[in-house]
Amino acid sequence: MVVEIRLNGKLVKADAAADTTLFDFVREHGCYSVKCGCETSNCGLCTVFLNEKPVLSCSVLAARADGGCVTTLEGLQEEAGEFVTFIADQGAEQCGFCNPGFVMNALALFRENPHPTEEEIKEFLSGNLCRCSGYEGQLRGILNYLESRKQKEEILSN
Amino acid sequence: MLTIQNYKKAESLAEAYELNQKKSNRILGGMMWMRLGNARINTAIDLSGLGLDTIEETEEEFRIGCMVTLRQLETHPGFVTYTGGCAKEALRHIVGVQFRNLATVGGSIYGRYGFSDVLTLLLGLDSYVELFKGGVVSLLDYADRDYDRDVLIRVIVKKKPVSMFYEAVRVTETDLPVLTCSAVRFAEDDAFTVCIGARPGRAILVEKQGNRFTSGASQETILEFARAARESVPTKSNLRASAEYRSHLVEVLVKRALTKVFLVTSDR
Ligand SMILES: Cc1cc2nc3c(=O)[nH]c(=O)nc-3n(C[C@H](O)[C@H](O)[C@H](O)COP(=O)(O)OP(=O)(O)OC[C@H]3O[C@@H](n4cnc5c(N)ncnc54)[C@H](O)[C@@H]3O)c2cc1C
Ligand code: FES
Ligand code: FES
Repeated sequence: MVVEIRLNGKLVKADAAADTTLFDFVREHGCYSVKCGCETSNCGLCTVFLNEKPVLSCSVLAARADGGCVTTLEGLQEEAGEFVTFIADQGAEQCGFCNPGFVMNALALFRENPHPTEEEIKEFLSGNLCRCSGYEGQLRGILNYLESRKQKEEILSN
Repeated sequence: MLTIQNYKKAESLAEAYELNQKKSNRILGGMMWMRLGNARINTAIDLSGLGLDTIEETEEEFRIGCMVTLRQLETHPGFVTYTGGCAKEALRHIVGVQFRNLATVGGSIYGRYGFSDVLTLLLGLDSYVELFKGGVVSLLDYADRDYDRDVLIRVIVKKKPVSMFYEAVRVTETDLPVLTCSAVRFAEDDAFTVCIGARPGRAILVEKQGNRFTSGASQETILEFARAARESVPTKSNLRASAEYRSHLVEVLVKRALTKVFLVTSDR
């Protein structure tokens, strides 16, 4: 079947088998930031935005995304750029494999809830597994990022 | 691995029902559970074009379409308020936000999973299931039935004033629960339901609907009820917990639940 998806702002029209997942589809169209880390819909590494909501691309069919709009890290360079430096500054990650899914879902959190509490951060990101770290560094990075954003907002509003 | 030959976005419920009568065809909910199996599906039936992805709130009831995601349910202000926050508490531990943006209420209730927070949340409320052929049946009846090939259109929850409790025990955050417990106290006649799930086994009500403390709710009568529940609720062992531990949790959670809805809740 032919599937039409707006992928990172560009209309992609392509053939897809009935059981092609959105994960396979976005990778076939050059979005290699999206990776697959499990077979049980559990790790969050494959996170993309489907119609602005973070979803597990490994678990949804390309056919269901037909007519929809999909965003991957490739389409969010600017939004992600500043944030990832705060994570890097903490030396939070070791292998870095979990990073793309983690960044995508963190951006989804900031869009939905620009001023989350620590509890809200932990809850929103609990579906992003990291096998190297203990999540503490990432959490510090997020808090620092939010703090710096708040300071900028305050400067702008004064 | 799950394989699918054809994909069909149903244009009507009648069409979905017709297609679903064939054994090799399957309705897709969020596909989260289904994809873990090895089903070889001839035609996957997608209900996502039928407008069943909304929660309608009227004076009398919530009408929750089968394609409503768990995330929609946990963030619906009306439903969260109605359940005193229990909708959020029950669902927020299920895997992750990205997962709950896909998993559906229809798939969760059709599946009647033996670990289901979703079923435990809804079973003790005045809930119904609307089926394409079978009409409206109480969720309690539905939860007891074998799997059939009807289409679950929506879940209906009547807005009787309630106070509610929900708690699930997990070994690790986002893992399947070891035991789930909800309690609902109906304001109009003081009847209550207590529901236990993840025994493991489909969620059940302790005793039946319409439990009442004839001599009033007190620490003693609640403890008595909780001890009886420990004896009467069947539990089993699996890799997450032993039957004995689960039965212990039954007593603890039932006590906590009834204390909350009878002695702590300050709405009367
Ligand atoms: C890794 C993992 C962890 C989980 N952890 C938890 C947990 O901790 N707590 C919890 O409560 N749940 C948990 N679940 C279950 C999850 O919440 C959903 O209940 C489950 O995935 C089914 O919902 P779905 O939308 O994905 O349905 P699907 O997998 O798409 O479908 C499930 C079944 O329902 C049928 N079906 C779907 N919709 C309809 C309909 N409208 N009419 C008739 N039949 C229909 C399908 O044909 C299929 O047989 C977990 C699932 C997974 C995969
Ligand atoms: S690859 Fe692990 S959740 Fe999708
Ligand atoms: S840094 Fe290795 S998985 Fe997260």
